[in-house]
Amino acid sequence: MTSLPESRPHQKKLGLVIDLDICVGCHACATACKEWNASGHMGPLPDFNPYGDGAWGVWFNRIHSFEEGEGEGARTIHFPKSCLHCEEPACVTVCPTGASYKRAEDGIVLVNESICIGCKLCSWACPYGAREFDADEGVMKKCTLCIDRIYNENLTPEDRKPACVMVCPVNARHFGDLGDPDSDVSELVARRSGGDLMPELGYKPINKYLPPRSGRMAPSAAAVAASAEAASTGDKLLRWVDRLLSR
Amino acid sequence: MHPAFSIIFFTTASGAGFALLALLGLGAPLALLPASSSFGFTALAVAIVLAAGGLASSAFHLGRPERAWRAFSQWRSSWLSREGVLSVLTFLPTAAFGVGWVLFGTTGGLVGLCGIFAAGLATATIYCTGMIYASLKPIHQWHNSWVVPNYFALGLMSGFLVLDFLVRLWAPHPIGVPLLTFLVVLAAWWSKERYWRFIDTTSARSTAESATLLGTRGKVRLFESPHTEENYLLKEMGFRVARQHRLRLRRIARLAAFVLPALLTFLGLLFGGGFGGITAGLAVVSAALGLVIERWLFFAEAKHTVTLYYGAEAV
Repeated sequence: MTSLPESRPHQKKLGLVIDLDICVGCHACATACKEWNASGHMGPLPDFNPYGDGAWGVWFNRIHSFEEGEGEGARTIHFPKSCLHCEEPACVTVCPTGASYKRAEDGIVLVNESICIGCKLCSWACPYGAREFDADEGVMKKCTLCIDRIYNENLTPEDRKPACVMVCPVNARHFGDLGDPDSDVSELVARRSGGDLMPELGYKPINKYLPPRSGRMAPSAAAVAASAEAASTGDKLLRWVDRLLSR
Repeated sequence: MHPAFSIIFFTTASGAGFALLALLGLGAPLALLPASSSFGFTALAVAIVLAAGGLASSAFHLGRPERAWRAFSQWRSSWLSREGVLSVLTFLPTAAFGVGWVLFGTTGGLVGLCGIFAAGLATATIYCTGMIYASLKPIHQWHNSWVVPNYFALGLMSGFLVLDFLVRLWAPHPIGVPLLTFLVVLAAWWSKERYWRFIDTTSARSTAESATLLGTRGKVRLFESPHTEENYLLKEMGFRVARQHRLRLRRIARLAAFVLPALLTFLGLLFGGGFGGITAGLAVVSAALGLVIERWLFFAEAKHTVTLYYGAEAV
């Protein structure tokens, strides 16, 4: 049924927290996602013309890189984006067949491929571009929050996390229950003032993004000169040793 | 948004078909149309072929057309499902109405009631079509209060133009139908111009900044796309049409869909007879071409918020 499940008190809301301050843009989460999910619950994830011009395929996680600001104040931010498992997912309610659904027990948004007619309306209804059409099978595909990992009893408990979270080399991705205000992820969001993408649309994403910390401006030229002047004799000695050793 | 021909044909043809059905369902019981069985047969056949042909065309858009029947199940939440259910339901009273009119030669009483029922359901179907688009929050050019009135106005306009042509085959000098047609064309033109002005002067509240939570240091711009080639999102939602082409196509749509049909209908109203039949026929052809271009633009000019992640600053 594509009507949304009733939200209960203490509703479990599994999701991701993504730290834009420390993501290094290595795309490991995207490739780990593709690797796991190509043979997972929603698999296969087809690639078309994979070795030639115009190669394209289905991915559930994509890493965009943005710049903000100008000149010395500017910075680059790497921005991984996957399904946000919204609390008000219009991708679910627009579905004419009931293929798209939100699970009552943990809030994960899934597609039942066996009844999807491939009308693509859900991908139009998603503001974030989380859904990608599988032109091979004629059905819509999307992130499952690695439903086949997080509940998988064949994996050791520490491995029961989404593939993207497992692989992240800098710990920029966190997985947990955002419906529980005392969970690690909820506390992290509160501490770092994490927020929603496009809150104005009212989809109430469960996944949260932690904004980059503010205190990382590149030092101005004047500040660099001042700190050089203020350097003590000890520092000068060390720099002389450094130059000597670098020869 | 990518303008898929199957959907363009579907919305224009079904819009005309259901609007014609509504006009026949209301006009015949009120004795405003030629009462003959042959007119009833021809007009209803045209309406049904347009409506059903459009619906069949929409199935070509599906990845799994053989499962299309499943789309009737989620009418509680989905406008697309509601449209499917109502479009099929419309054909039930239409069948009774058609049998009564064509076989038994009556459009009053119970038959007339079926006609009025069919008109109501056909109108509701057009409303659902409009709401499929108007309910999509990520697309500012669709999620606004002009879209549903536009679908009604353009559907009604095309239904009236076809009706005006058909009526002339039975009554060479009609007055009411062409007069109403003329007024409806002008109203549809006005509503389309208002829509165009709306999308030209406003943009979505969402920006590259709100889409990324960034922007404390200034404007957000794309530094590197996630992929070097296109993907489904860009093919489907990232469709772009150059401003110059847009304006040229709008001029063609304006001329073909509104100016010429209004002029031709007016000439038909003045002169009638064989000449009126020809002008009404030309008006239908011109409007069909114009509406296809108008509908193409409705998609091509629509900007999806996902493009904010691919370098668009505003949508």
